[in-house]
Amino acid sequence: MLEFFMSKYNYWFYALMLALGLYGATVKGNLLKKLVALNVFQWSIIFFFLSIGATRGGTVPIWPEHGSGHWEPRVFVNPLPHVLMLTAIVVGVATTGIALALLLQIYRNWGSLEEDEILSSMRSQGG
Amino acid sequence: MVEQLPALVVATPLLFSFLIFLVGLFEERTSYPLFFTCLTLNLAFCLALFFKVMKGGTISYHLGGWQPPWGIEYRVDALNGLVLACIGVVSWFLGLCLNHVVKEEFAPERRSQLYTLLSLQICGLCGIVVTGDLFNLYVLLEIASFSAYAIVAMGKKGAEFSAFRYLVFGTIGACFYLLGVGHLYILTGSLNLEHVKELLQATPSSKALTVGFLFLMVGIGVKMALFPLHFWLPDAYSMAPSSVSIMLAPLSTKVASYVALRILFDLFFKTQHTEAVQVFLKFSGWVVSFGIFFSAFMAMAQKELRRTLSYFLISEICFLTAGIASFTRDGLRGAVLHLVNDMFMMGCLFASISLLGLLKKREDTEALDNLSDLGLFPGLSILFGMLSVIGVPPFCGFFSKWYLVLGALESKSWHMAIALLVGSLLNAVVVFKWLEKAFLKGTHHEKEGKRGKALGLWGFKVGLFGFCAFLVFLGLYTRVTIEVIDLWIGF
Amino acid sequence: MTEGLLVIELMLPLAAAFLVLLTGGRKLPCDLLPLPFAFLSPVLGLGLVSKLKAGEEIKTELIRVLPDLGLSFNLDALGAVFLLLTSSLWAVISLYSLGYMRSLQEHALRRFYCCFSLAIFGAFGVAMAQNLLTLFVFYEILTVSTFPLVAHEESEEALRAGRKYLVYLLSGATVGLFGLLWLKQKGGTLDFSVGGNIAGKIDPRMWGILFLLLAFGFGTKAAVMPFHEWLPSAMIAPTPVSALLHAVAVVKAGVFSCIRVILCVFGPKTLGSFGSDSVFAFAVAFTVIGANLLALSEDHLKRRLAFSTVNNLAVIILGAMLPTESGIKGAMIHIPFHGLMKITLFMCAGAIFVKTKKEYVNELSGLGKRMPITFGAFAVASLGLTGIPPICGFWSKWYLCSGALEAKNVAFLLVFLASSFLDAAYFLPIVYKAFFEGPGSQKVDEAPWTLTLPLIITALTCLLLGLFPDFLFGFLQFAEKASSAALMGG
Repeated sequence: MLEFFMSKYNYWFYALMLALGLYGATVKGNLLKKLVALNVFQWSIIFFFLSIGATRGGTVPIWPEHGSGHWEPRVFVNPLPHVLMLTAIVVGVATTGIALALLLQIYRNWGSLEEDEILSSMRSQGG
Repeated sequence: MVEQLPALVVATPLLFSFLIFLVGLFEERTSYPLFFTCLTLNLAFCLALFFKVMKGGTISYHLGGWQPPWGIEYRVDALNGLVLACIGVVSWFLGLCLNHVVKEEFAPERRSQLYTLLSLQICGLCGIVVTGDLFNLYVLLEIASFSAYAIVAMGKKGAEFSAFRYLVFGTIGACFYLLGVGHLYILTGSLNLEHVKELLQATPSSKALTVGFLFLMVGIGVKMALFPLHFWLPDAYSMAPSSVSIMLAPLSTKVASYVALRILFDLFFKTQHTEAVQVFLKFSGWVVSFGIFFSAFMAMAQKELRRTLSYFLISEICFLTAGIASFTRDGLRGAVLHLVNDMFMMGCLFASISLLGLLKKREDTEALDNLSDLGLFPGLSILFGMLSVIGVPPFCGFFSKWYLVLGALESKSWHMAIALLVGSLLNAVVVFKWLEKAFLKGTHHEKEGKRGKALGLWGFKVGLFGFCAFLVFLGLYTRVTIEVIDLWIGF
Repeated sequence: MTEGLLVIELMLPLAAAFLVLLTGGRKLPCDLLPLPFAFLSPVLGLGLVSKLKAGEEIKTELIRVLPDLGLSFNLDALGAVFLLLTSSLWAVISLYSLGYMRSLQEHALRRFYCCFSLAIFGAFGVAMAQNLLTLFVFYEILTVSTFPLVAHEESEEALRAGRKYLVYLLSGATVGLFGLLWLKQKGGTLDFSVGGNIAGKIDPRMWGILFLLLAFGFGTKAAVMPFHEWLPSAMIAPTPVSALLHAVAVVKAGVFSCIRVILCVFGPKTLGSFGSDSVFAFAVAFTVIGANLLALSEDHLKRRLAFSTVNNLAVIILGAMLPTESGIKGAMIHIPFHGLMKITLFMCAGAIFVKTKKEYVNELSGLGKRMPITFGAFAVASLGLTGIPPICGFWSKWYLCSGALEAKNVAFLLVFLASSFLDAAYFLPIVYKAFFEGPGSQKVDEAPWTLTLPLIITALTCLLLGLFPDFLFGFLQFAEKASSAALMGG
């Protein structure tokens, strides 16, 4: 049983992160906390991908130079997930950027970042 | 040039978005003409691509010359050719309608920003449809979504809150999709749709595969506003500026539905991993049957026109999914047909409501009074659109319902058949409430022969007329659409 | 060439509707616009029908909408009867409504005439439909286009009547659609073949439920009880609407669709085994008597006529369910004969309203002396409906009763006879009171000629058809052809 946990401890950690992030994004009332939780959620997935690429005893995925020394087959860490995750990180950053801009505007308009306060102001103002 | 079409469809709006932004810094008045040029070019490319596929079969385009699966492949077959053509046509007609509304709703400085983001949106949508690479799809999905979040936030006070909610929901969805892609990558080692399809044939069924599939479907479900993951939609589309909801509503959820179809059928069903699919479809069959009733009742309770339309949109997505869930040939035909038809129906309705808002300065049900005083539009387009939604022949909505119910009957899913038929009747309650208000009230005051002037607005009129014509012709020539769909379905 | 004529005949009302929509009210008065179309229509209709009599087949597929099914039209004996009725009465009613609407200075004429023409378009389509898809498409067009006509007055009561109308008819159509799609999915064909085509294709265990779905689905438009309530409520509509649509086009489309289902989808042979015992037959028989009883107690004239219509429609359906030649023939000719008689009655009611603003039966005493022509026509038509020769209604009652006798169906025979007695009970007193009661000699003061001329025409036609059932239209001939084809085929 312990074996089952310990052999895949990294995936268990990511699952925990994912659950926490999801919980925070949905349940928390403060919009900024939601955003932070969303980030945690996104990062858990990024870590998950990175773990896919990792290889036991693998080395940096760069070809040895031509001509110098004899070339021997090596085990490389899979570079593809890293590449994909570069893109995903950028996407995450862009999401956070937009979200922060939105939060600024929300704060300007409603004077609060608490969801229930905003909703009640909206109800009383908008009708 | 012709060989580059798949890339052009994505590159053109992307380039134009930069162009509109840069030129718009100096001369604001150029932003709409530039945007409309972008839409026209895109229409030409989409249609050219569609006809090329119809003549010559599936097109495979390697981005940058890199062979798949190392490079990104853009792959166009009958299904996405059809969807692409519809996006091109619908967005072009919507573009005709945009100018007047944008002038009304946005200050001059903002207009170029809006058009920039709309171009990005079109780029993202076309890209999602055209791409054959799973990760590329994620990127383009996020491009489309970002622009959507931003332009939704440009609306009235309170829009930014709805946009934030939309952002949170949407990002969760996209990340679930990414997680699903990760699972597929672990199991097959490839990201290219065709290649994954081949590899999945050899992969044994496992929990990981089922979980990956579920993550994919939940993620796409959020994006396509599939009940019960639809909560972001009514707020986002009703708080957004009118012009924005015109462009977003007909297209974005349908593109996500297309992705769902691809994943469900091309990836999973055709590779014999049917157990996970079957369970999911049975479950979703029950959920959407309930969703149809739910959205019908919610639609009845709304006072704002666009919120009612949003709930109609949600129920149309449920209809579509019911067709998928029936898992039969007729059901699938109905689902894709409904995807196509609904783009036009929702485009027609949202554009009509936008025109109405422009003319009457209000967007609740009171705005519908004395619609005939405003001339032929938006009255005629609201009439056509609404009758199409509830499935009155000879409009297109009737024929997609025809196939959907046939599919449900064939798979003996009585709950879905009943939901489809009764749901339309419930929607009819709202539709006729609108129509009654629009055409049957207060005409006592109308002097025979005098028609109220709708100020110019030729763009709107041409656009709405186009939609009305399409609603009728798509209905009467359903056979043509079905023949294209059959090319994809194959069995 | 004949196909072209068919398409033109079909498109005439659509063209009229477009014309009214686009130009009516601005330069041209919209009540005059449909007139040329309306008068051309029976002429074309008779031309088509003469080709049919000569033995030609008149069919065309207009648009192939689905890969396996299209909008197909086929004018056969059954359809000819309905088509002739609707097209000739369209001409009559167009003249009548001109006078009626103008006298009352009605509003929203453009909407009225546009929807009216669209409704006729729907009726034509139903008459000539060759498969259930085409029938359904035009059936729905009929429902949607008549809604603004029912609610024309725009008062609270009219709007409520309109909503009730929609609820009943759309629900019925949905049930019918369900049956239709189920039939298709089970492997049946949606084409009509006189004599039925379901026998070889569908499992007999499904016949019962499919029949109920289709019959009740289309039966709501035929006002079969308990789904009849929309018809009396719809009497709030202007009289031309009540006259043409609710005595002739809409309800007859419903009856016609039921008959198509009974004769051309199921067929008398297949139906014979379970039709007369089915829930549907029971509901229809109940409707015959029930509607007449309700008519007796109803004081509002148009509502009384509405209940009479419900009764007569049910009589038609019952006749069609009798697997005998006379029964089907009687049902077939009752369609046009009842249509003519009922439209006369409605036009009289409208003329009375225009002239005197009276709507209730108890107010009509003595009016016969003031409006002798109107009440004369009323008398002719109501005698006909009761089944008294030499008015056309006699023939339909005769054939229906013979049909019941031939089929040895005593229950149906009793229903037909009881129906006639009740008819007499609520029609004849009106005529009597109008002529023989109330204040003595009055000045003759009829409604305008545009109102009285049409009703004279229809009343005279009733009389002529009573003497020569095949006069001009050849209704009896077609009814015979249709019934023998139905019994032979399948």
